[in-house]
Amino acid sequence: MKQQTDTSLALVETTHLSIPQKISIALGGTGLLIILLSWWGQQPLFAPGLALPLSLLTITAGVIGYAHFTYRHLPEGIKNNGVMFSSLSNRGVWAYLTGILLTGFYVCLYWYAEYMTGVIQLFDPLSQFFRHRPADQWFVYGSLYTLGVLVLGVKFIYKYRHNRYQIIRTLSVMFFQLMFAFLIPAWMLMMNQPEFYFTYFWPLKYDYLFPSTVSWLKNSTNLGIFLVFWGVVMTFIATPVLTYFFGKRWYCSWVCGCGALAETTGDSFRTLSDKSLRAWKIERYLIYSVLVFITLVTILLWVNSYSQGGVLGEWSLTVSKTYSFVIGSMFSGVVGTGFYPILGNRSWCRFGCPQAAILGIFQKYFSRFRITTNGGQCISCGNCSTYCEMGIDVKAYAQRGQDIVRASCVGCGVCSAVCPRGVLRLENGSADIFDRASLTKL
Amino acid sequence: MHIVIIGNGVAGTNAARQIRKLSDHEITMISEETLQPFSRTALMYVYMGHLKQENTELYEDWFWAKNRIQRVLARVENVQTDAKRVYLSNGTQISYDALIIATGSKSNKFGWPGQDLKGVQGLYHLQDLEGMERYSPGLQRAVVVGGGLIGIEMAEMFHSRHIPVTLLVREDSFWNNVLPAEESAMINRHIREHGFDLRLSSELQEILPDANGRAAAVITKSGERIDCGFVGITVGVSPNVDFLKNSSIELDRGVLADEFLETSAKDVYAIGDCVQLRRPTAGRRPIEAIWYTGRMMGRAVAHTICGTPTPYVPRLWFNSAKFLDIEYQVYGDIPTRLPDNIRSLYWEHPGGKKSVRINYETNLGHVTGFNLMGIRYRHEVCERWLEHHTPIEEVLQQLSLANFDPEFFDEYESFLVQQYNQMNNKQLKLTSKRSLNKVLAFLNLAD
Repeated sequence: MKQQTDTSLALVETTHLSIPQKISIALGGTGLLIILLSWWGQQPLFAPGLALPLSLLTITAGVIGYAHFTYRHLPEGIKNNGVMFSSLSNRGVWAYLTGILLTGFYVCLYWYAEYMTGVIQLFDPLSQFFRHRPADQWFVYGSLYTLGVLVLGVKFIYKYRHNRYQIIRTLSVMFFQLMFAFLIPAWMLMMNQPEFYFTYFWPLKYDYLFPSTVSWLKNSTNLGIFLVFWGVVMTFIATPVLTYFFGKRWYCSWVCGCGALAETTGDSFRTLSDKSLRAWKIERYLIYSVLVFITLVTILLWVNSYSQGGVLGEWSLTVSKTYSFVIGSMFSGVVGTGFYPILGNRSWCRFGCPQAAILGIFQKYFSRFRITTNGGQCISCGNCSTYCEMGIDVKAYAQRGQDIVRASCVGCGVCSAVCPRGVLRLENGSADIFDRASLTKL
Repeated sequence: MHIVIIGNGVAGTNAARQIRKLSDHEITMISEETLQPFSRTALMYVYMGHLKQENTELYEDWFWAKNRIQRVLARVENVQTDAKRVYLSNGTQISYDALIIATGSKSNKFGWPGQDLKGVQGLYHLQDLEGMERYSPGLQRAVVVGGGLIGIEMAEMFHSRHIPVTLLVREDSFWNNVLPAEESAMINRHIREHGFDLRLSSELQEILPDANGRAAAVITKSGERIDCGFVGITVGVSPNVDFLKNSSIELDRGVLADEFLETSAKDVYAIGDCVQLRRPTAGRRPIEAIWYTGRMMGRAVAHTICGTPTPYVPRLWFNSAKFLDIEYQVYGDIPTRLPDNIRSLYWEHPGGKKSVRINYETNLGHVTGFNLMGIRYRHEVCERWLEHHTPIEEVLQQLSLANFDPEFFDEYESFLVQQYNQMNNKQLKLTSKRSLNKVLAFLNLAD
C-alpha cells in the first residue's frame, strides 16, 4: 500500500496557481530577495531608506495577496486540500531548503552576527524610527519575527474565516507580538527605560528571575521595581490563576510570542509533529528535564548571590551561560524554529519550553479546561490527531468517547475545527473533569 | 477459546478490542484489504491530501501486540460451520470456537450497460481509492452517479484535484429520501456554489467505452451524452456475503442474525454492515450500513461471546456527515414527510448554510427529533430529551444546553424560541446559558 500511495503522489498536480497568485508570490519573493541579497552581500542592496520599506511592503502585499487570491473566492470551510502533497509541508525539497535557511539565520543571529551587517544596516531606518538608536541583529530578528506573525496571521485568518475562535485567537497573538514583544520594548528603549518584554516571564524568559537581571532592573530606572514585581506576579500568581480558569491556552496560543510564530508562520508544518506513544514519552522526559534544569540554575544563582559568590564563585556566569546556550539558543531557536519544516512548528513548545511544562502541570491537575467529545459521533478519521501541532493522538481519546485532558494541549482549537463530525469542543468547566477524562464510553 | 473475526472494519476491530477488555481469549482478525485496520470513512481525505493513509489507522502498531490480537491478511474463501473452520485464499485453514462475520458491504451496481468497464467503480474499499488514483491523472471529467453520502464525497474528492465533476442524482433534490426539503435544497445550493455540475432528476442509461475498454462517456435516460473518463457508481451498498453462499449459514440479503447477533449456525455471529437483523427494533431497518451501528454491534457481540449475553439494542438513532463544508447531525426521528401528529420547528440562517430543525408531537408536545446543518449539537443532551419525551417548550427554554459549537460562535437558540413564540403566541425565554457545568448538572453527571 505504501508503494501505491507514493507513486500516486508524484502524479498529483498541486500547482494550480492563478495569475494573481503568481504575481503575489513574485512580489513577496522580491521583498525577501532584497533582504537575502543584503545579508549575502554584507551591505544593503541599495539605500536602506528605500530598500527597507520596499522590502517590507512587498512581502506584506505578497503574502496577503496570496492569501486573498487563494481563499477569498472559495466557500468558507476547512482548506486542507493537497496539504499532504505539498513539498513544503511534507519534508520535501522546499522544506529542507527552508529549514537550512532558517537554521542558518539562527546560527548567524546567535554566534556570527558579523555576517549580518548588511541586513542590520538595512533595518537601521526602522530602528531609528522606533527606538532612536541604531539597529542590531536582535532588532532585525524582532522585526522579521513580528512581520512573519502579522502577515501570516492574516493568511491564517483568511484560511479560517468561518471560525471565530480561530480569528479572535489569531488577532490576539498578532496583537501581543506587535505591541508587547516589538513596539513597547522599542519605545521603552527610546525613553531610556529597560527593554522589557511584559509577555515573557520566568522560566521561558529565564533571566527575569536571575539575580543579575533583577538587580539590573532594580537599579535601572524608577520603573525597575515595577518590572521586577510584574515578572514575579506573572510567574507566581497570574500563571496558576489564569491556567486554572482557561487552561494553558491563555498563554501558549493567545499571548506567547513563540506560540504566535508557531500558529501563524508555522501553520503549514503542524502535521509534522510525531503522534506516537514513543514521542509522548520523549516529550515528558525532555520537557521536565528542562524545567528541573532551569529551576536548579535559578536556585543556584540565588544561593550564590546571597553567599556573595561563595558557592559558585566565577562559575556562576558559566552556569547561566550554559543554560542560555543549550536551551535558550540551541533548543528554542536553532532547533525549535529552524527545524519547523522538519520537526513541526511546536517542537520547542512540546519538548523544551519550561513555561509550557509548568502550565501543563497546572492544566493537567488544576484546571477547568478540557476538550469534550460529542457522544458517539467519532468516525476515527484521524484529522484531529494529524492536525494537532502538539502531537497529541486526539483520535485515540475521541474514538473511545473520552474527554481529553493533556498537559501539552495548547488549546489552539484546530482539532475541533477540522473534525468533520463536530465531535470536539474546547471547554472550561469545574465539574468532574477527571471522571469524564477517565470514562471510556465507547 | 479461539475467536476468529472475518473483517477488520470498525465492527470487527471494536469487537476484538472489547473481547480483549473482557477476556483472555485468543483473537484472530482476518482481512483481505489491509493488515492495519483503518477508518473507511476517512478514505476521501487521503485522496484529497488532508491525510496520509497511515493517519487513518485506528490504532498504532504496538496496540495489536500489546492486546494480543493476531492479524491475518488473506481472503476467506469458505466457512465450514460443522468443522468450525475457515478456509483462506492462501490455502491455510483456521479453527475457531466462535466466529464473528464482519465483512461489511460492497458497492451496488444495477446492471447498467458498461458498468464493468475500466474506470467505473464505487468507493468503499482501499482498492477503490487506488482505482480513483489510477484514473485521475489527465482526467477531463468524472461523472458520479447517485445522490447520497458517498456520491457527494466522491464528487468532492475529484473537485479537490481540480477535475470537473458531474453529479447525476435520480431524485429531484439531493438526498431527499433522507433529508427534509429545506435541508436538501440547502445542499443543492451548496453543491452548485462549489461549481459542481449537479443534474437532478437525472438517471444513468449506459456507459460507453473507448477503444481500450475504459469509460468514455455516459448516456443519461434523457438521451444526453456526457464525456468523461471515470464513472463513480455510488447508489448505495449491500452486504458483502457472497463468500458464505456455500456455507450452512442462513443468508437473505445479509447474514441473518437474531438480537444477540447470532446467526443460524452455532457460535457464529455477524456484526456491522453485513448483518440483516431478523427482528429489527421498531422504526429501524434490518440492515444498517452505518459506522456507528457497526461499532455498537462489535461491543454487544463481545459481551455475548465473553459470557454475558447482550442483545444489540440500538438506542436513539443518530448519524452525522459532512456535505462539502456543511456539517450534518441528526438525533432521533426526522421523517422527510411529516405525519399528521408531528410538527416541525425549522429555523434557517439568512446565509443559507446553517439550520436547526426540531420535530415534536402535536398532541403530547414532546420532541421527536433534531436535525442540524452547519451547527453542532450535543449528542448526550439531545438524547436525554428524546428518551425522556421532554416537551418542546421545556426543550426550547433549555436549548442552549445542546449547543456544541466552538467558543465565540454565534448562538442561534433564541431565534428558535422567537419563532416558536410567534407561531404559537407564547412568551418563552431561554432560561439557561451555554455552559459545560450546566450541561453536566443536567445530565446528572455532576455532583
